[in-house]
Amino acid sequence: MPENHYANRPPRTPPPLNEANADLDIDREVRLHLYRRLQELRQVGDRLHRLFLENLVRGTSHLSLGMEAVSAGFGAAMRDDDYSLASYRGHAHTLSRGASMEGVIAELLGRDNGLMRGKGGSMHLVDVDNGMLGSYGIVGSHLPIANGAAWSAQLRGSDQVTVCFFGDGGTNIGAFHEALNLAAVWKLPVVFVCENNLYMEYTPIDLVTAVEHPAASRASSYGLEEIVIDGNDVDEVYTCAQRVIERARAGEGPSLVEAITYRLGGHSRADTAKYRPEAEVEAWQGHDAIELYHRRLLSLGVDEVELTAVATDVAAQVDAATDAAKAGPRPPLEEVHTQVFADGGSSWRN
Amino acid sequence: MAELTYRSAVAHGIAQEMRRDPSLVMLGQDVGPAGGVFKTTLGLWDEFGKDRVRDTPISEQAILGAAMGAAMTGIPVVAEIMFSDFLPVCFDILSNQIAKTRYMSNGQLAVPLVVRCANGSGVRFGAQHSQSLENWCMMVPGLKVVAPSTPVDMVGLMAAAIRDPDPVVLFEHKSLMATKGDVPDGEVLDTLGTARTVRPGTDVTIAALALMVPRALEAAEILAQEGISAEVIDVRSLVPLDMASILESVRRTSRLVTVEENPRLCGWGAEVASIVAHEGFWDLDGPVLRITTPHVPLPAADVLEDEAVPSVDRIVDTIRTSWG
Repeated sequence: MPENHYANRPPRTPPPLNEANADLDIDREVRLHLYRRLQELRQVGDRLHRLFLENLVRGTSHLSLGMEAVSAGFGAAMRDDDYSLASYRGHAHTLSRGASMEGVIAELLGRDNGLMRGKGGSMHLVDVDNGMLGSYGIVGSHLPIANGAAWSAQLRGSDQVTVCFFGDGGTNIGAFHEALNLAAVWKLPVVFVCENNLYMEYTPIDLVTAVEHPAASRASSYGLEEIVIDGNDVDEVYTCAQRVIERARAGEGPSLVEAITYRLGGHSRADTAKYRPEAEVEAWQGHDAIELYHRRLLSLGVDEVELTAVATDVAAQVDAATDAAKAGPRPPLEEVHTQVFADGGSSWRN
Repeated sequence: MAELTYRSAVAHGIAQEMRRDPSLVMLGQDVGPAGGVFKTTLGLWDEFGKDRVRDTPISEQAILGAAMGAAMTGIPVVAEIMFSDFLPVCFDILSNQIAKTRYMSNGQLAVPLVVRCANGSGVRFGAQHSQSLENWCMMVPGLKVVAPSTPVDMVGLMAAAIRDPDPVVLFEHKSLMATKGDVPDGEVLDTLGTARTVRPGTDVTIAALALMVPRALEAAEILAQEGISAEVIDVRSLVPLDMASILESVRRTSRLVTVEENPRLCGWGAEVASIVAHEGFWDLDGPVLRITTPHVPLPAADVLEDEAVPSVDRIVDTIRTSWG
């Protein structure tokens, strides 16, 4: 099969930008925070990509380049003690909760200063101190687990909300449907967020899905509202996130959000994504989350100099984090045998 | 002291722990007002209410996922998967998620939960409701595995499993449900990873698990009349595995027989035999014998199921023949 097997399909273009989102009631301070977060996620993503090309990151990796507005918007709307769970495409969701860049980069480099000291890797980032309960490597598996975290908050009366991110490909697996049903029946404080980037891996999601919107069209099956948003417009994401999170916190039950977005790169490290129509890629490049937001902030009167300073500041941060990550030692070899069981070791017999 | 059935010992153990720890919850299909399809959770819903004893839909991934997410955020959980045969439906959550999360997170996350399921043969349910899957779970790094054979062990090991900081899969044997035994009054708490010598002997060590324990004991009684003194060890816990007790016994008897209900390939006895062949080799006076179900799916017809699963007669014959 040629590498560009789906390249001749009609392009699926981005939704028209909702200019009215500029008028949403979002503080200037929050908007600058969102811009900074977008810059962080993009620049760390770019750096990780470069580290792959330098062969410093082994194994595979799944970047969120182009999809940053979803994690930035939700991350900003969450309370510090709320929980996040993500799929294996979890770098941005981990960073958006406040995880250290050094910890993330070092984990991908297999260093001792990585978030999990090299034991999890790119697909399994966890940062419990920041509410990030994990990135899960098996598609769909974490939706039922997110229910458990939400159930726990409900039992403890803590009013914490759990937000669970997954891709469009995850909507066709049984666990998605089991999780949605139980969340609705138990009225759990959980928000399911589908990042629909239009391709499950190499295959357009619409070719393998019975309904138009892989997540939202299924919402009614579980008595939920059908919510589709522009996942590249961070103001739209943030506003939606606030609404569904507050709803969950108030005990009104789960929500299912479908955020339409696009990968600027391939599915994983090895994928050059040539199966996509050129006109489609170009259209989405013109609907880039960071450029859209840059333009919006200028239109709202933010000074270009201020935005440039944010980008420059973040670049210095990413450089410093990269240097610190690279300077970390390899994990000690004894680490192979630790943390299988609660006694800290791996012993299974006497 | 009270005489309990194995079946009622399940609820007895869970109730003891739910009274002790008000945060402990349980969930599963029909575990609430119905009391479970094997009536193992009878009375719990009445005593602890619907918030702590939750009925679920037929959604095994949702059950174990909810259990895992709750456990790793501070709520200890007992989850029921009705038949162990249904574990394959949620084996991703069990083997990829519950088992590996502590390791992958480098200890940031712990998953203190118990997965209980009805296991084993003898009720003529056929190949998808009669399996012995303890060895599947034993193979997964990160899981602990116990299979009690008596009411008192059920209570004590249930309590130990619930209090354990790691995920434990607890197998309840369907053919032992009606058996009875004494359980002391007051708190009963046992220790995971400990085998028990249930009959002392001098000529051969028989290591058995769950339903195979009473069969091994009956076989030992017959062999005794023929002049063969068999020591019977109830292995009880596959992970952690009490190899010290088995090796110590083999040092005295010089012979080892494992009696396993799981199919032949990679049954738990294979690991025990391999360790004894390595560490107890110079103590042995003969080959280690494994008595297992053959490598077949279990048939439904009573005569066929009885032929497949190790019986008292097969245990006696195998040991008798080995004596030459």
